[in-house]
Amino acid sequence: MRTVCFYFQVHQPFRIKPYRFFDIGEDHHYWNDYLNRLVIRKVAQKCYLPMNSLLLELIEKHGSKFKVAFSISGMFLDQIEAYAPEVLESFQRLVATGQVELLNETYSHSLASLKSKDEFVSLVKKHQQRIQHLFQGYTPKVFRNTELIYSDQIGKMVAELGYDGMLTEGAKHILGWKSPNYVYSNSLAPEFKVLLKNFRLSDDIAFRFGDNTWGDFPLTTSKFVSWLNALPKEEPVVNLFMDYETFGEHQWAETGIFEFMKYLPEEIFSNSNFTFSTPSEVLASLSPVSSIHVPTPISWADEERDLTAWLGNDMQDEAFDRLYELEKQVRSTCDPELIRDWEYLQTSDHFYYICTKFFSDGSVHEYFSPYDTPYDAFINYMNVLSDFILRVKQAHESRATTLTKA
Amino acid sequence: MFGWEFPPHISGGLGTACYGLVQGMNFHNQEVIFVVPKLWGDEEPVADFVNASTVSIDYRERRFKKLWKNLTYIEVNSYLVPYLGPKEFKKYTSSVLQGSTDMQESVFSNSFEFSGKYGKNLMEEVARYALVGAQIARDRQDFDIIHAHDWLAYPAGIAAKEISGKPLVVHVHATEYDRSGESVNFPVFKIERAGMHAADHVVAVSQLTKNICVRKYGIPAEKVSVLHNAVLDASIITSAYQKKVPEKIVTFLGRITFQKGPEYFVEAAKKVIDRDPNVRFVMAGSGDLLTKMVDRVAELRIGTKFHFTGFLKGDDVDHMYAISDVYVMPSVSEPFGIAPLEAVRHNTPVIISKQSGVAEVLNNAIKIDFWDVDAMADAIFGLLHYESMARMFKELGGDELKKLKWEHVAAKLVTVYEKILARRT
Repeated sequence: MRTVCFYFQVHQPFRIKPYRFFDIGEDHHYWNDYLNRLVIRKVAQKCYLPMNSLLLELIEKHGSKFKVAFSISGMFLDQIEAYAPEVLESFQRLVATGQVELLNETYSHSLASLKSKDEFVSLVKKHQQRIQHLFQGYTPKVFRNTELIYSDQIGKMVAELGYDGMLTEGAKHILGWKSPNYVYSNSLAPEFKVLLKNFRLSDDIAFRFGDNTWGDFPLTTSKFVSWLNALPKEEPVVNLFMDYETFGEHQWAETGIFEFMKYLPEEIFSNSNFTFSTPSEVLASLSPVSSIHVPTPISWADEERDLTAWLGNDMQDEAFDRLYELEKQVRSTCDPELIRDWEYLQTSDHFYYICTKFFSDGSVHEYFSPYDTPYDAFINYMNVLSDFILRVKQAHESRATTLTKA
Repeated sequence: MFGWEFPPHISGGLGTACYGLVQGMNFHNQEVIFVVPKLWGDEEPVADFVNASTVSIDYRERRFKKLWKNLTYIEVNSYLVPYLGPKEFKKYTSSVLQGSTDMQESVFSNSFEFSGKYGKNLMEEVARYALVGAQIARDRQDFDIIHAHDWLAYPAGIAAKEISGKPLVVHVHATEYDRSGESVNFPVFKIERAGMHAADHVVAVSQLTKNICVRKYGIPAEKVSVLHNAVLDASIITSAYQKKVPEKIVTFLGRITFQKGPEYFVEAAKKVIDRDPNVRFVMAGSGDLLTKMVDRVAELRIGTKFHFTGFLKGDDVDHMYAISDVYVMPSVSEPFGIAPLEAVRHNTPVIISKQSGVAEVLNNAIKIDFWDVDAMADAIFGLLHYESMARMFKELGGDELKKLKWEHVAAKLVTVYEKILARRT
C-alpha cells in the first residue's frame, strides 16, 4: 500500500486587547473580543466554510476512499462556538461521515509540554473532553502537540497517556539521510509510533502554491501526482501536514487552491497507486522501520524547525518563565475564571508575537501578528500578566482569610 | 523675540518657557513682539504675535541676497537632521533621496508655509526663518533689543541684528552637547556657536548650561548670565485619581533618549526589585532607546515589575504623577528640566541627577550622579521605606516651588537688557 495522509491544523488564538499600564489592578478582561470575532468571521467566509463544504463534497463523491484528519484547538472551538456556530456545525457534519479523524492536542494550544508534565496532561485531558462533548463522544487516538513540537521525552510522556502515536515535523537535522515517508518509533518508548511531515511536498501546497516567482509555478494536480510517483517505490506514506487556513486564507481562492484540492483525489486515483489514509490507519497498517532520536525539541516552524519562534530571546523567556511560575498557585485556586485566563495566556501565539527573528522568517511572523513590533507585544503581554499575578495573589489571600475565619 | 513654538502647540519645554517668560515680561510692563514660524490662532494673546508664515520677503532688497549667501552655511541640502534617531533618520533619507526639493528657488518666492515642527525640512525652515527675521527687522523700527530662543531662532536673530543694527541676546535653553553628548551634529553646533558669538549677551537656563557655553563654545564667562526657568503655576495639585495596584510606583517620565539617561533607571530598578519585590517601575514616554530598554528589562527578568506606557498626553500625564511614589529624572545632561517640578506639584518626592539645571534650584530633592545606579537605587529604596524623608520633601518642596516665579526671571532679564543698552550709548 502507498498512501497519502492529510492532516490540517485548525487554530485561532484568543488575542489580547491593547492593555495599558493604567489598567493593571482594575481591568481583568484581557481578550480582544472585537478583533477575535472579526478574524473568525472573516476566515470562516474565506476558508472554513468553503473548504469544509468542498471536503464534504469530496467525501460524498469518492466515498470511503477519501479521508483527512484535523486537529482543532480548544481556542478555536471556544471561538467558533461563540462567534461562528455554523462553522462548528460544518465540522460536526464532516466528523459524522466517519471519514474524518480528529487528533488530540492541548486545549489551549500551549507550550506546556516543554515546562510541566502536570499542566500538559491537564490540558490534553481538557481538549479530549471538549472534543467528546462537541463531537458526540468522539475520542481521539492519535496525538499532535502544539506546533508539532516533539522530542524523545515529550513522545514518551504522550505514550504514557495511551495514544497510538504522534505527529511531528520531518526535520532535516534529525532525519539526516533518512526519509520522512516511513513510520518511525520513539527511542524511549519503542512501541510508540511517530509520523513525520514531508515538508517539501506539504510546503509546496501550503507556502509555495500561489508564489509566481517559484520555478514550479503553477502547481497543477498532475504535476503534484507526478512528484508523488517519482518517490522511491518502497516508501509507503506521504504525510501532508499543514494549517487549514492554507485554503482560502494563506493561499487566496484566486490562486486556484480550491480547484487544486477539488481535483487532486481524482488525479491520484486515476494516475497513481496512492490511496488516502488517516493517521490512525497509517499507524495501524505500517510497522516502524527504526526509531528516531530527537534529544532536543523540534517543531514545524521556520527554517530552523526548532523552538526559536516562541522561546529564546530574553523577552520570550521572561514572559514564559513568569507565566509558568504561577502554575501551582493558579491550579490550587480552583477559580474557573482564573483558570480560563491562565489557559488562554499559555497559547503559543502570544510568544510568537514576541519573536525578533526579523530577517529570515520575519515576513511570516509579521503576517500573523496583531502588533507593530515584538516590543509592543511584550509590553502588552507583561501588563496583562502583571494584572493576572495580582489576581492570583488576591485569590490566595482571600482564601486564607476565609479559612482562618472558618 | 524669535521663538520656534508657543503654547498650546508645543512639542517640548521650549514653548512653555517662552510663554512663562513673556508672561513675566508683561508683569514688568515690557512690550514683546513674539515671532513664531507658524501661528495656529489659538495662542493666548500675551504678546504682539508675528506669524512668519505670512511675512513675504522683499526679493528686491539686495542685503537679503547677501544674507542668504551667508546663510548657506546652514547646509540646507544636507542629510544631517537633528532630533531624529537612527531609525527615523534612515526613513527620512530614503524618502528625501527620491524627491529632493530645490531650496534655492523656493526660498525667494513670496510666501512660505512653515510647519513649525521639528521635521525633515528643519534646516530649510531655519534658513527661511532667518530671512523673515531680516524682513521684520527692516519693516518694524519699534523695538530696542532682539532676543532669540534656542538655535532654531539664532539665524533669525543674527539676520535681524545685521539689518537693524540693534543688540542681540541669545537664550540658550539647550545645547547640542545636551542632546547628543559628545557626538554632536556639527551643522547645529555651528549655528549655536555663530549665534552665541554674534550675540551681545548670552542667557543660559542654568549654571550647568553656562559652563557648556564657556567651555565648548568659547564664550567669555562674563558675557553669559544665568536665568533659571520658573513654573507658571506653583499650586499643589491634588488628584482624585487612585492607583489600582497595591505596590508602590517609581516613575521615569520623559523622552527615552540618550539625553534622559533611561538605562540608568532600568539598572537601578533591578537593584531595588532584588531587595523589595513590592515596587513597580514605570517608564512613560517614547524615543529611540525604547526598544533597547525593553530588551534590557527582559534580559534582567523584571518584566512583571517594570512597565512601559508609551507616550503619555493630557490627563494621563497627571494621572501618572498622581500615582507615583517616587519620580526619577536621571538625565545625563539636562540644561534645566521642568518635569521634576511638575512632580513636586503632585506631592511626589523626586530624585534628580546632578547633571541637570533644576538641581541648582530645587533643594528638597535627592541629587545623584546619573551614572551612579547604586546611589539611585539607595535613594529610591530610602524614599519608599523611610516615610519621614518623603514627608519632608512633600512639605518643603511646595514652598520652594512658590519662589520660582517667571516675574523674578523677567526682572533679571530686564536688568540684563538695561546693561546692554547702557553699554551702547
